[in-house]
Amino acid sequence: MAADERGERVFKLIAQRLGLGLLTLVGASMIIFAGTEILPGDLASALLQNNATEENLATMRKELGLDRPAVVRYGEWFGSALKGELGRSLATERPVIDDLAPRLRNTLFLAIYAAAIAVPLAIALGLMAAIWQGSTFDRMVNLVTLMTISIPEYLVGYLLVKYLSVRLGWLPTLSNVTPDTTLGDRLFLTILPVATLVLVVVAHMMRMTRASVLAIMASPYIEMAFLKGIPKWQVVVRHAFPNALAPVINVVALNLAYLIIGVVVVEAVFVYPGLGQLMVDAVSKHDVPVVQACGLLFASTFILLNLIADICGILANPRLRHPR
Amino acid sequence: MNDTILEVRNLRVEARSDAGPGPVLVADASFSLRRGDVLGLIGESGAGKSTIGLAMLGYTRPGCAITGGQVVFKGRDILTLSADERRALRGPGIAYIAQSAAASFNPAMTLMEQVCEIPIRHGVMSPTAARAAAIALFRELELPDPETFGNRYPHQVSGGQLQRAMAAMAMAARPDILIFDEPTTALDVTTQVEVLAAFRKLIREHGTAAIYITHDLAVVAQIADDIMVLRHGNTIEHGPAAQILENPQQDYTKLLVAERVHGHTFLAQDSEADIPLLSLKDVVASYTTLLRVIDGVSLEVRKGDTLAVVGESGSGKSTLARVITGLLPREQGEVRFRGDLLPPALAQRSRDQLRRIQMIYQMPDVALNPHQTLRDIIGRPIGFYFNRSRRDIDARVRELLRMMDLPEDFIFRKPAELSGGQKQRVGIARALAAEPDLIICDEVTSALDQLVGEEILRLLKRLQDELGIAYLFITHDLGLVKRLANKVTVMLKGQMVANGETETVFAPPFHPYTELLLSSVPEMRRDWLDDVLSRRG
Amino acid sequence: MPRLFGHRLSIPAAIGLAIIALNLGAALFAPWIAPYDQADIVGDAWDDPSLAHPLGLDNLGRDLLTRLLFGARMSIGLSLLITSTSFTIGIVTGFTAAVCKGWVDMALSRAVDLMLSMPTLIFAFIVLSVLGTDLPVLIITLACLDSTRVFRLSRALAMGIAALEYVEVAKLRGEGLGWIIAREILPAARAPLIAEFGLRFSFAFLFVAALSFLGLGVQPPDADWGSMVRDYRDMINLDLAAPLWPAGAIALLTVGVNFVVDWLLSIQSRTHGENA
Repeated sequence: MAADERGERVFKLIAQRLGLGLLTLVGASMIIFAGTEILPGDLASALLQNNATEENLATMRKELGLDRPAVVRYGEWFGSALKGELGRSLATERPVIDDLAPRLRNTLFLAIYAAAIAVPLAIALGLMAAIWQGSTFDRMVNLVTLMTISIPEYLVGYLLVKYLSVRLGWLPTLSNVTPDTTLGDRLFLTILPVATLVLVVVAHMMRMTRASVLAIMASPYIEMAFLKGIPKWQVVVRHAFPNALAPVINVVALNLAYLIIGVVVVEAVFVYPGLGQLMVDAVSKHDVPVVQACGLLFASTFILLNLIADICGILANPRLRHPR
Repeated sequence: MNDTILEVRNLRVEARSDAGPGPVLVADASFSLRRGDVLGLIGESGAGKSTIGLAMLGYTRPGCAITGGQVVFKGRDILTLSADERRALRGPGIAYIAQSAAASFNPAMTLMEQVCEIPIRHGVMSPTAARAAAIALFRELELPDPETFGNRYPHQVSGGQLQRAMAAMAMAARPDILIFDEPTTALDVTTQVEVLAAFRKLIREHGTAAIYITHDLAVVAQIADDIMVLRHGNTIEHGPAAQILENPQQDYTKLLVAERVHGHTFLAQDSEADIPLLSLKDVVASYTTLLRVIDGVSLEVRKGDTLAVVGESGSGKSTLARVITGLLPREQGEVRFRGDLLPPALAQRSRDQLRRIQMIYQMPDVALNPHQTLRDIIGRPIGFYFNRSRRDIDARVRELLRMMDLPEDFIFRKPAELSGGQKQRVGIARALAAEPDLIICDEVTSALDQLVGEEILRLLKRLQDELGIAYLFITHDLGLVKRLANKVTVMLKGQMVANGETETVFAPPFHPYTELLLSSVPEMRRDWLDDVLSRRG
Repeated sequence: MPRLFGHRLSIPAAIGLAIIALNLGAALFAPWIAPYDQADIVGDAWDDPSLAHPLGLDNLGRDLLTRLLFGARMSIGLSLLITSTSFTIGIVTGFTAAVCKGWVDMALSRAVDLMLSMPTLIFAFIVLSVLGTDLPVLIITLACLDSTRVFRLSRALAMGIAALEYVEVAKLRGEGLGWIIAREILPAARAPLIAEFGLRFSFAFLFVAALSFLGLGVQPPDADWGSMVRDYRDMINLDLAAPLWPAGAIALLTVGVNFVVDWLLSIQSRTHGENA
């Protein structure tokens, strides 16, 4: 196959994945919409609370346009969401987007800060554990990470707070950042929540990386490379690593998705003004528009990450890049 | 002048695990190799031949360790060298060619990169020189487009080509010794001839010594100067090839040689029935709409017949079994059993129809459910088809075990406790439990050692004589066909190229493919390969 | 070292089993071994630990140790219920999809893929924000969400096993679907399924605790370990260990289960190994 034909084929595969991702996003948005709108206790009754007589409900519903068919309402909601108009919060009566934007920035900051540390660390540890499989290093790391993945984020968080903040006073207990906080201050104030996130995510990522690399190292062509008299480090770098790229990227993407869940809990522990806190509050107050908006945001990020993992997997696969 | 470059003395390899030392894999192996010599290592599975081959590189697979002996290569004992020194020898001194080329090549690198790896990494040649040498080797091995062949990836070339590329990879640094570990076992018979010829030409032209490991005596006869016969790690016999083949001394060797050379011809009895047991007429089947896997096959099996369906990989012979049993519904044509039309799909058939055609599989490990006892495995068909009482079923299972020459108390055992040959017998017992008219045997001896396989075939023959069952034998082994089947159907790419009595099909005038197949089966004489090559020109 | 499933237990696995036994015991026998009653107020809020109250008292003056023991019932009981339900749903749908193939498989797989495309926490939030956080709602929601992963695994397992010849033998005989699933596929899938049960349990367990910690799970007056952490969380600033006890209990049980699951998974790969 000529080079341009190859490129075309890869392009088609990627386009397929993108289309699938978009479809998934639409599907997820439908679930979010259905979840909040088709269940008992709709917007009208939530707004009216104790004044919810039959007449009042009917009038309110007409006002809000809730008597129109669900499909129409969905279309409107999704359409405006794409434009950035996410409705008004039931609790604060302000446009959702006003509260959402700064919190989204905060959460992204936290997530990227944590990922920047966790990803290289986890891959390095995982690679080393796989190369020195069976050694004391490997066994120790295995045991420690097995325990770490079992520990909930709030335990890690509170332990860190107890020892590094309360007892030693090195770091602040709460991570109260505002839009005016400087970058330097931000980095300092968020050390504890980031450390918590990193500890939990590194464990998962490292274990999966190790497993992937071990699977590659067990391949027959690795044995063949040794039989050709090639030194171990060269075997790992030239033979194992190119094949390990795809599974490792997959692992990273999966764990970044895991990070999203961790962020919500960590924000609660450290009272960090992020998207997670916003959503938790909205859920307990039944603030449906906010829940929908946050849900949509989280879901899109999740889908996007999985999409990137898929595409990287395609690009890294030699069979797909060079077919028969 | 003493040209000995390799001398092995009393080599001993044992299994090693966390629990401590295990069984001995190689006991007291000794031989020597002169420059340009080829030593054939022969044995069945578990003989220790691969282990010896790898030990020549100072390497053992995980779970084993070399516990004694010397491997002296050009005056130095490899086993006493440091890890780095040993590593330096691998490739330029001694090189290894594995059984599966597909598994030995890194799917993410081009062939050229990997073929040049030994000389470049060991500092023996510069990259440009290595490339040129590689292209020359490709040309020698008669690979297509030698100039650009190296730019391809492993999955882009065929099995036979990949095997030859592996030889080029091993030869790249011009080693003194090549270790061939069952290199043609996984190939089709017709491909095997070409690859074998290519190997032989290569080592003769470069004067390389070689150790050729295989279980096939006929193959090793074409290439080896000396032969060493191994069994369970012990050396049974060792001598010049001609002597081993024509005048074996030990009983075991005699057994190995005899089966291939003499090969009794016993034909099934002619049947008296009018209607054929099984008849296929212009059957067509496919997996997807584009590719017809079976394209117009017609055949007939009568009571007491043994019909062999032969072909290489991709011929559709295994698919034929699935079409007959209804696992793959046919698209066109008729399948009749005892005169009645069989519905195309499994679900449409009656229990009785299902009962009368049984199947035995190639790999006993996956054909028997490891979680069930033999009583369940063999007894279930009896209960399912005939609704007998528990006591009757037990009695019948014991009777079947006796027929298989298996001890009755195996009834409570599970498959994991049996050997490969015993498991295959259980598979046969299970098929017989349904009291069928026809048994389809799908490559039933291919996964077994030669001698064990012979016993199974003898058992099947005996059962046919006693019970009058007809067989449909799916196989790629023409020798088996000649010895066992009275009828044969030859398939190529889904189509039938020959069909009829064995004597007729295997005698001139031949269909060209049949001729190619027949001539590709290695015979036990040392000049066979030369004959074939000269005939093909 | 004792044997389980015919293999010797490793040290971490033995420790894990002991931890599991301890927790199960606490959950089952809490009413009998707890020194006080759950709601009894036995002193002032945040009294220090003493011989009578080894872990001290909580924010309302109740004995912490007692609360911990009763919390075990809620946490473990809830998680077991969720996992058993999700497992039943997952296995039945997964095996059916694998054996039936065709459009049944396609429909189920697409639906599951869609559900898996959303992060579980967010999905739970969506449902809980509307339906509220009653225990039955919690259980059914989480069970349905979790069953998707069990579906994936059991489908993959069943397909792998169904590809083996001995399943084909049963099909050729004319055996019915139920027999094939129960007698041919299930026995071979036992070990990986048990390991998966352990994993799913620890996931459900951590998940419920996280929800309760966020205030969206178990509501007062019921209490599980997660909500206990929430109630006591402010104490960490005063250097009291109170929230660390329930959080630590959560971690301990999860560690124990993971040790056992890890050992189970390692036996499986061993049996495929030895072919030199």
